[in-house]
Amino acid sequence: MKLRLDRTQVPLLATLVVFVLLYLAAALRYENFFSWTVFVNLLRDNAFLGLTAIGMTFVILSGGIDLSVGAMVGFTSILVAQLAQAHAIHPALAIGTALAAGVAFGAGMGAVIQYFALPPFLVTLAGMFLARGLGFVISLETLTIAHSMYGLIGDFSYHFFPATALLFLGALLVAVYLAHYTPFGRTVYAIGGHEPSALLLGLPVARTKVLIYALSGFCSSLAGVVYTFYTSSGNASAGTMLELDAIAAVVIGGTLLSGGVGYVFGTFIGVLILGVIQTILVFEGTLSSWWTKIVIGLLLLAFILLQRLLQARAHWISKNRR
Amino acid sequence: MAALLALLLFNLAFTPGFFRLEFKDGHLYGSLIDVVNRAAPVLLVSLGMTLVIATGGVDLSVGAVMAIAGSVAALLLTRSEASLAMVFLVTLGFCGLAGAWNGLLVALFRIQPIVATLILMVAGRGIAQLLTGGQIITVEHEGFSYLGNGYLLGLPLTVTIVVLVFVVAAALTRLTAMGLFIESVGDNETASRYAGINVPAVKLLAYAFCGLCSGVAGLIVASDIKAADANNAGLYLELDAIFAVVIGGTLLTGGRFSLCGSMVGALIIQALTTTILTRGVPVEYTLVVKAIVVLSVCLLQSEALRHLLQRRAAG
Repeated sequence: MKLRLDRTQVPLLATLVVFVLLYLAAALRYENFFSWTVFVNLLRDNAFLGLTAIGMTFVILSGGIDLSVGAMVGFTSILVAQLAQAHAIHPALAIGTALAAGVAFGAGMGAVIQYFALPPFLVTLAGMFLARGLGFVISLETLTIAHSMYGLIGDFSYHFFPATALLFLGALLVAVYLAHYTPFGRTVYAIGGHEPSALLLGLPVARTKVLIYALSGFCSSLAGVVYTFYTSSGNASAGTMLELDAIAAVVIGGTLLSGGVGYVFGTFIGVLILGVIQTILVFEGTLSSWWTKIVIGLLLLAFILLQRLLQARAHWISKNRR
Repeated sequence: MAALLALLLFNLAFTPGFFRLEFKDGHLYGSLIDVVNRAAPVLLVSLGMTLVIATGGVDLSVGAVMAIAGSVAALLLTRSEASLAMVFLVTLGFCGLAGAWNGLLVALFRIQPIVATLILMVAGRGIAQLLTGGQIITVEHEGFSYLGNGYLLGLPLTVTIVVLVFVVAAALTRLTAMGLFIESVGDNETASRYAGINVPAVKLLAYAFCGLCSGVAGLIVASDIKAADANNAGLYLELDAIFAVVIGGTLLTGGRFSLCGSMVGALIIQALTTTILTRGVPVEYTLVVKAIVVLSVCLLQSEALRHLLQRRAAG
């Protein structure tokens, strides 16, 4: 049987190749890089980036964008910390409240985008200011969370996997199921492909769009919760510029920013690529943090040009076939 | 426009001394002057942003370009013997090139503007940090610090620069056919191409102009604090500039644009911040108030709400 590649799978394949090459190069260059610990750390250190990127994938698949995710991480983390510390509420309840707030916030933005026909870019930008501002209103300082539950979660591990990494992998599985095996996922792809057609097909466009932003709000507030696990504290300025890394991970993962084409799994690899670059810089020691930004910028450029090339080729083939 | 007037009226009524202009040491002082002076970087960037948005695009990299401008200027001033004019020329050249790079990606490779400029937004700040070695480079140069702190005819020099750039932009777009071309490209790219307009060239120019404006803004910021801070120069300024343009009545989808509107929009944002500060509202509320004001202005401009209100009024 001849293996045929769908056009939409080429960027995903390219992402995988880049990831494997980066990982192999690093493993050959540095001792101890090719170890279980490094890989688990990769998952743990990038859990909150990964969670926001998963939510972002759905938004971008539908042809929208969500700039508020980084601010949501800061807002949620400080909300959980404030509720758990200053108001002495049990962390589990505080986390539940924060997640509900995240969903409500996302759904609110989705509703404004859908029913007032405003550009997602603008609405989520205002949402970003609002979430960041609310976070600062709660507390300008970092609040440490000292509760036995946080100690338990911090110590918990299953086959070396810490709780945050497991949460990330769990969310990934749920997201893959949502995107590819549910009516919701199919509607997301349909809206991203061509919204008027989705509407004419009788798909629940309005409801789905609100749900997409609610889902992204949920993912980013879950990321904020993971941040509190990771640092045992809350900080209103946590996740600054995280939205850019999340968008970069989604794009590098092969999702088209125009919507309709892409895979949640690609985003996972995109997040790992960003993580590997960071890890390499740590192993190298002498390289400075700004190289991360430059390399991510170059990778973004390369992947976007690859996507353009594929689109142009597909266009050319379909024209010549006629 | 009404929003700025409302804000000014609010201040006239409730903030004593907001409108008092004082003449001290041959300079004008007062909250109003302060607003314009502090708004200078946003004003400059929103001028360039207006033209980019009018072509149906958006430029996210302006903050990063500002950081690059500060770093290049600081490096040249501290490490080389170049004259001040030469430094400005080279810096602005760099920024124009950075803008043209964005334009190249958008116009020739036909990449979505948000993505194309995202690349420079991420990488640009990295480049600026690479140039400065991650340090804040302080600049002790009389002429350079005059740019952001000096006075001309009693007014801050920055105000003069903003007016100058505004006049240049207005002349370019309203005295020549350029403005018409930009609006036409933003309205309908295909139709413009059939009408014989060189669409890529128009876009390229708009992005390059935006890069230049960001460069001037970056120089002013660096000169104001007498240092190049690659980490924080122009951080989040792209958002303020985009808001200024949108509040000013230019549609994000492109087409019709108003340079005056964008100026007013930028002033509203800065006047809002200054009002919050002079009213004694805690600083942490600034962002919340800003978000609410911006969201309400956007809602007021939205077609859906207008239809809703009209239906209410009719029925």
